Amino acid sequence: MILQDTLGPEGDDAYAALIAAHEGLSTAQSHALNARLILILMNEMGDPDRFTQLLTEARALSSSD
Amino acid sequence: MAYDYAPFPYVAPPGLTAPEPRHPVAIVGAGPIGLAMAIDLAQHSIKSVVLDDNNVVSVGSRAICWAKRTLEIFDRLGVGTRMRDKGVTWKVGRLFHGADEVYSFDLLPEDGHKYPAFINLQQYYVEQYLVERAQDLSDHIDLRFLNKVTDHTDHGDHVRLSIETPDGPYEIEADYYIAAEGAGSPTRKRMSLPFEGQTFEEHFLIVDVELPHSPFETDDPERWFWFAPPFHAGQSALLHKQPDNIYRIDLQLGPDTDPSTEATEEKVIPRIKAIIGDTPFRLDWMSVYKFRCAKLDRFVHNRVLFVGDSAHVVSPFGARGGNGGIQDVDNLGWKLAAVLNGAPATLLDSYDDERRHGAQENILNSARATNFMTPKTEIEALFRNETLALAAKHPFARKLINSGRLSQPCSLANQPLQTGTHPLVGRALIDLPMGNGWLVEQAQGRFRLLTVDAQDWQTPDGIDTLPLPNTPERTQRYGDTGAFLLRPDGHICAFFETPDAKAIATAHARATGATP
Repeated sequence: MILQDTLGPEGDDAYAALIAAHEGLSTAQSHALNARLILILMNEMGDPDRFTQLLTEARALSSSD
Repeated sequence: MAYDYAPFPYVAPPGLTAPEPRHPVAIVGAGPIGLAMAIDLAQHSIKSVVLDDNNVVSVGSRAICWAKRTLEIFDRLGVGTRMRDKGVTWKVGRLFHGADEVYSFDLLPEDGHKYPAFINLQQYYVEQYLVERAQDLSDHIDLRFLNKVTDHTDHGDHVRLSIETPDGPYEIEADYYIAAEGAGSPTRKRMSLPFEGQTFEEHFLIVDVELPHSPFETDDPERWFWFAPPFHAGQSALLHKQPDNIYRIDLQLGPDTDPSTEATEEKVIPRIKAIIGDTPFRLDWMSVYKFRCAKLDRFVHNRVLFVGDSAHVVSPFGARGGNGGIQDVDNLGWKLAAVLNGAPATLLDSYDDERRHGAQENILNSARATNFMTPKTEIEALFRNETLALAAKHPFARKLINSGRLSQPCSLANQPLQTGTHPLVGRALIDLPMGNGWLVEQAQGRFRLLTVDAQDWQTPDGIDTLPLPNTPERTQRYGDTGAFLLRPDGHICAFFETPDAKAIATAHARATGATP
């Protein structure tokens, strides 16, 4: 699967916001934030099939090491 | 009040002194599933002999939550009203995280149904009512207590059983053999059939206590479930009300507890006091158990048929064990009766297909609930806890909290006996007020055409029409046009837009296994 860019010129803003959201949090707090964020995004997508495809793609990268 | 466990009488069976004529059906096990099976067959005029190694009802409350669809099936079997009248009716589930309520759900928010979403009733009452109903049908049901089946052999066109009694051994033959012996099924073990699935490591403590007043803060009894309750740190807990002021408490035990010492008064009493404080109580029953989800690869093995926990086991959260087993009975009864009356034996394959599908659905749901309750890794616990945290504010996360997806009738859509793709095809009938009673009282037990509109509906021989009343409930549940073909087990197997006797006959032939 190849995932093309959808954020356009605002990509840097979104990435910076993601990093900034974790500022001042412990690793455990950051993990919890990430978990909440994933749950929220999963619901926001509203497409379990597509979500499963994206999970598979994300997982594929971790299984190569 | 503690239940009075009166033993059922043992009567020396005729086979001890002379060979018995071959029985149409032998049912092994007189629990709720075996008894319901015998009653269902009797109502189709099929005789059976029911063999049980014991002579009392279930010791302990065990299965307590009986779902609406189960009560509708029990209505057809003649015990539904009695169960409802004795049982504790509930429909609201309330979920807590720590001391805080997260949300509540209503399993049957609308009126216009004979039966409620759920009742709680101890298994011993259910078995008592079923035994008494079976005794009323003694022309067709031969109940034999203290008759232990020790062996069986499938001879192709019949099964031979070896049976032990207090007066010695004897043998009988039966056209069909139904194993309804529960999760430990000796029949399954004798046949060395693989019974595979998932075992959960956590132990759960289950306690029934009699209390002088309700611990619920509401007028109506509810199902209360806690994640990490203040009285049982870090684990989960479930509270239900049963008749006779008995309350069921389920406590998940931590990994560091020793299950062999948990079901003792010394250990249990402090746990109960942590929940109810200084209220005096009586311990009625307790047990410690582990969950397992497993099923047979096939429920039909030539002349040997498996029903209920003999065929499949699930974890209890969701009440899918007993309720799933009753759906097995509902599905098999009319089919086995038809086969014994000359229908092709392949009709029994549809029992295998449809109920393995149902068991698979029950296993999936109960395994997911158990996984949610008992996270195996730090990351599982993290997602679980963050879902609970989000749920306090965000409705979407409440839906993800899984304390048990409560038993719903299984849909048989896309299974071979059904015709067409109408959204109701495959579903169990939805009850309706009929003016003079209820649809579940009038429609079940045989093939029937439920007509929605006033067109001139002609039906083939053997199928009666039942006009549905022109009411807002009918419009909401069945629409305003057409007709539905209903199987004897109350599942809709076809929909017709306009009267077409040939199409109805074709759908009926398909649903009875007469044509592929």
